[in-house]
Amino acid sequence: MNKKKMLGIPYFIWAAMFILIPLFMVFYYGLTDKNGAFTLENIAAMALRGHARSLWRALYLSFAATLLCLALAYPLAMILNSMNIKKHSFIVLIFILPMWMNFLLRTLAWQTLLEKTGVINSLLGLLHLPPLRIINTPYAIMLGMVYNFLPFMVLPVYNSLEKIDRNIINAAKDLGANGWQVFVKVTLPLSLPGIISGVTMVFIPALTTFVISKLLGGSKILLIGNVVEEEFTQTSNWHLGSGLSMVLMVFILVNMVLSAIFDKKGEGSAL
Amino acid sequence: MIKDTAKKIYIILIIIFMYAPIATLVALSFNASKTRSKWGGFTFKWYRELMANEEILQALMNTLLIAFAASIIATIIGTAACISIMGLNRKSRAIILGITNIPMLNADIVTGISLMLLFISLGIKFGTGTILLSHITFCIPYVILSVMPRMQRLNPYIYEAALDLGAGPVYGFSKVVFPEILPGILSGFLMAFTMSLDDFIITHFTKGAGVDTLSTKIYTEVKKGIKPEMYALSTLIFITVLVLLFLVNKAPLDKKEQAK
Amino acid sequence: MKRKFCFLLILSIAFPYLTGCGNSQTGKNGQVVVYNWGEYIDPDVLDLFQEETGIQVVYDEFETNEAMYAKVEAGAVAYDVICPSDYMVQKMIENNLLAEINFGHIPNIENIGQEYLAQCRQFDSENKYAVPYCFGTVGILYNTTMVEEPVDSWALLWDEKYNDNILMQDSVRDAFMVALKLKGCSMNTLNREELETAKEDLIAQKPLVQAYVVDQVRDKMIGGEAAMGVIYSGEVLYTQRENENLAYVIPKEGTNVWIDAWVIPKNAPNRENAETFINYMCREDIALLNFEYITYATPNTAARALIEEEEIRNSPILFPDLGQYGNLETFQYLGAEGDALYNNLWKEVKSE
Repeated sequence: MNKKKMLGIPYFIWAAMFILIPLFMVFYYGLTDKNGAFTLENIAAMALRGHARSLWRALYLSFAATLLCLALAYPLAMILNSMNIKKHSFIVLIFILPMWMNFLLRTLAWQTLLEKTGVINSLLGLLHLPPLRIINTPYAIMLGMVYNFLPFMVLPVYNSLEKIDRNIINAAKDLGANGWQVFVKVTLPLSLPGIISGVTMVFIPALTTFVISKLLGGSKILLIGNVVEEEFTQTSNWHLGSGLSMVLMVFILVNMVLSAIFDKKGEGSAL
Repeated sequence: MIKDTAKKIYIILIIIFMYAPIATLVALSFNASKTRSKWGGFTFKWYRELMANEEILQALMNTLLIAFAASIIATIIGTAACISIMGLNRKSRAIILGITNIPMLNADIVTGISLMLLFISLGIKFGTGTILLSHITFCIPYVILSVMPRMQRLNPYIYEAALDLGAGPVYGFSKVVFPEILPGILSGFLMAFTMSLDDFIITHFTKGAGVDTLSTKIYTEVKKGIKPEMYALSTLIFITVLVLLFLVNKAPLDKKEQAK
Repeated sequence: MKRKFCFLLILSIAFPYLTGCGNSQTGKNGQVVVYNWGEYIDPDVLDLFQEETGIQVVYDEFETNEAMYAKVEAGAVAYDVICPSDYMVQKMIENNLLAEINFGHIPNIENIGQEYLAQCRQFDSENKYAVPYCFGTVGILYNTTMVEEPVDSWALLWDEKYNDNILMQDSVRDAFMVALKLKGCSMNTLNREELETAKEDLIAQKPLVQAYVVDQVRDKMIGGEAAMGVIYSGEVLYTQRENENLAYVIPKEGTNVWIDAWVIPKNAPNRENAETFINYMCREDIALLNFEYITYATPNTAARALIEEEEIRNSPILFPDLGQYGNLETFQYLGAEGDALYNNLWKEVKSE
């Protein structure tokens, strides 16, 4: 037994060194000022107008993107689930495939599509339609979020739907429930773990992104992710950057707790 | 019938949404004109220029090397950790698994800056080494995540029976335990490999001078103005991924279906 | 079991080194780590340098002075040669980040025009730390097919007619320069009221701005994405070659005259190679080759004399007679507090 435990030592050291200590460093920087004295200023700085606005903007954009993802993914997962078994792997593959393309390339592609003289507008021009003006607006960022993170929603929801026992649904129908009732009373509650895990997997990366807003927002729309990134790469104020990330971590924590409550078996998170 | 058509239309619409950008990149990679809005005829020029572009090829090499090294090391450390975690009592197991979850659930940007702060305070020079360390760090949880369930399903008595029958621990492990958890190890390795390939944010904060992975290379290129070689590169990546995925996914998926 | 454990441990320790070595084969005379602006050197020049000197170049790029400074200050990467702008050189000198250059190793310094060395003394008072690389002005690049009226003022960037057709610089000092100059203030001001007004002006301008960009201005202007953009004079020649409808103007309210210079940071691991590199960049044929690629005005008078086309050699855009413009200034480093002040105001503009 002892020898077995020894095998874990490299990982335990690794986890302490590269997971725990770095997190403590963020806390340390977040709670101190330039002279190393304790302060809450870096955290309170989130309330400053510029920061609060970008946090609020990131929150509502990522929230809207998550809802949109769910609205698009749920019917899709249901349709996929109702289809012929043999095609399963292929169809699921089709929806995972774009995810394996580099994330930046995918976002770059949208830039190319949406630009003023981009592909969509050239096509619209050929059809004598008015141009689409969404590049460098919050809509473009939301679109980028939905596009990039949609597979993260489709897969867990699909997984949880797939696990529902057909007999339960048939039983509900036999007992006189109509299609809508079956959905609300049976399918939806049983797929809740998948939804929760999907929401977690979409919401956090969307909330903290700085790449999508930079590429599709023309640097005009500052999200909290951009603020944190720039504190590290432009203004080199690590204390402020760490303090702001600590506030971000509160949202992550809420998400972790939520997903722990609803997704005890970890079934939704398996890709 | 109408319902079926509606379903099909819905699927097709989503597929268009998912693939339109990729199709655009592919189309533009053959466009002779440099501006995006005009079609200047069909050309392979950008592919030739891509092949001559040492920086991009070097970045591709780096990406593959780092992904390979990181996922192998992560698989070894992660699998070993799983064996040992199984022997722990409930409480310490929960703590370890909780810590393991952190890099997966935390935002990439926070993981990135936390590692950057660590490397700077340790005085480690940024370069391939720091990227590799960071990648291993966020890869291990994926390995543990996929090996652990296999481990839990394992019947401990089989291993003990093997020992009773005279097998040494290494022999017993490699003959009894290992084959059982191998699918988990493989899928963990694959997941780690993909995560490493796709990562931009953590690499962005931990990379050094002159070392670029494809992601960071693309990011700098995008900021400078997109070159058509980039379209050619994305087309090649897409085709490679397409082929690889079909090859890789065919086998395990069939097996899974049989198991049902 | 124990042996296996040891093997794992060794493997996990050795791997980073193995791959690390595999990637950075150093040249026979060591290496030099260069940190430069994006698209700011002819790649052939780097190849030639490696061939001639046997020193391997490790090349890295930054987008803004501020990003460069953050990286260097963190000290996580030790660069040998960096190319910051005037005020940033000053900031680095004041914060004790730069090493004095041994000019004995840089005989080609004599190719550099005296007037440019004099200009360097604004931020490097004794010409000890910096060797000028490129210089120029900041102005408006506009598309003559999209802009009808004569362009001569920064005020045009606030004209609602050009809604969604304006490109602004995504760097704090350049953006504030435009707003401050518009109101006739110094671009090095620390006056709260003036800065507050500038901030309000930038916020008012924001809805009209298509995007805040740095290097992308030129591609967007070439592609006809926007009607006008704030750009460095060095990009003009290149953009005009690609799109003949583009024109450049220095607004009458004055602008920023900048100079980018090579410096060697204190923690440079290969100082001698760095000096060899700087000396190489100052050689007239190399400077000429480089100029033809990047098209930024060179302070290398010997190289300038070698430029064949008379229009380029005496181009009023690249080599302007600065005497004919009023209100020209060069950025000054404003101290840590000044930096913080500008950064906060800029963040307010960007997050609005």
